[in-house]
Amino acid sequence: MSEPLAAFSDPARILCFLCALMVPCAIAGLALINAGLGRSRSAAHSLVGALCVAAVAALAYFATGFAIQGYVGLPAHELAAGSKLWSWAGAGQPFFGGLRFDGAPASLAALLGMFSAALAAMIPLGAGADRWRLGASCVSTAILAAVIFPLFAHWSWGGGWLAQLGANAGLGAGFIDAGGAGAIQVVGGLGALAIAWVLGPRRGKYSMEGLPAAIPGHNAAFVLFGCFLAWFGWMGLNCAGALLYSGADASRVALIAVNATLGAAAAGLAAAGITRARFTRTDASLCANAWVAGLVASSAGCALFNPAEAVMVGLVAGALAVFSVEWLELRLTVDDPSGAISVHALGGLWGLMAVGLFAPAGSSGQWLAQLVGVATLLGFVLPLAYGLNRLLDRFYRQRVAPEGERQGLDLYELGAGAYPDFMTHSDDTWQR
Amino acid sequence: MKLAGFLLLGAGWLIVLAAVSMLRTVASMAAFALAGVAVEALGLALAFRAHMIWREEKE
Repeated sequence: MSEPLAAFSDPARILCFLCALMVPCAIAGLALINAGLGRSRSAAHSLVGALCVAAVAALAYFATGFAIQGYVGLPAHELAAGSKLWSWAGAGQPFFGGLRFDGAPASLAALLGMFSAALAAMIPLGAGADRWRLGASCVSTAILAAVIFPLFAHWSWGGGWLAQLGANAGLGAGFIDAGGAGAIQVVGGLGALAIAWVLGPRRGKYSMEGLPAAIPGHNAAFVLFGCFLAWFGWMGLNCAGALLYSGADASRVALIAVNATLGAAAAGLAAAGITRARFTRTDASLCANAWVAGLVASSAGCALFNPAEAVMVGLVAGALAVFSVEWLELRLTVDDPSGAISVHALGGLWGLMAVGLFAPAGSSGQWLAQLVGVATLLGFVLPLAYGLNRLLDRFYRQRVAPEGERQGLDLYELGAGAYPDFMTHSDDTWQR
Repeated sequence: MKLAGFLLLGAGWLIVLAAVSMLRTVASMAAFALAGVAVEALGLALAFRAHMIWREEKE
């Protein structure tokens, strides 16, 4: 990993700050997508949940997250193995202790990390839609933002052992994840898989024979507007991440924004073409999922890809999103209302491997560094997320009572619906 | 069964960790890392299968 601190000029700091301020738009975009793909009787709950989860993520990251994540040049815990020192966790003080907010890159990393934790926390919320209790989602988010996200963020962004793979093991430039395809998206996506497993499917989703019932999202306008917001936010996320974590020059921000746009565009159009070819009509929700998958996949190598490569990455991400949403629902019986697992986990994993695939000639072993990162996400982050959420479920039940699912989470947990003046939608009927 | 899947996921990751920390050449690291990822793939398949069986039993 290159040293980003030295080359950080004042204009680059201001640019990085402004880009980081765009990230809440991505959070809002995902919140809208989650709300739109859920049922109308849980719409207010979904958006209140998004707000609460973002708040909990910010506070948990403030409490312990940044101390664990750290930043290049800040104190870290190290372990000796194979005659090399490997950094495995930041050794900062909790509650941003010792951090000076004077425009230093570490303070910008703390700001971006806080937004990133909130963005990662939005992802499981979509997978648990219509059945995840508000209190449980907040506690689960606290675990994600205080422990799981910062730990992997240290390894990839904070000068941890994955970033050291280049210097310590001779694997290219070490694990590269400039825009957070791994640290944010795959961590959130695997958290979504853990939540979908812990909660189980929505009532009425699967028949006795195991056939899934279609429960369409209630508001396609929310979903598609969420995509536009996510697009804007993602450009800021990728630019700020590339400047802070991969040492990209400020002159590359235009390329990074172009890559994000081309990745999303190629993925969205791939999904439009595939769904039209397969179902004779373009599927709005799958196009939206693919759009976000294109943004996710383009994140890891946002400063490295050339525009043609970003298009290739987006095309594959779009196709993966379409087929994996169907595969998870039909074959693996995982009920993920927002497609979070396909979009964020699978799209992110593909984006990480694409960095190795399109690595410049001469950077031998880059693909292996990326593979080690992917193996870490699957072999460490997924069991940790599942284990902690299963443990939480033992002491504090995460799934709402059957009566709550029947009534809808708006009435059951909030006492009022999102659309009191309108009729409920046909998909809101109790199926069993 | 799901626990076995997660144990395999963790075991695969440890193989990958051992490869990058103990081996010296990229070729040998790659061989062991790929073996570790294959173990993880088995673990993931087992975890998904366990979820399907659990859901069918619940139905």
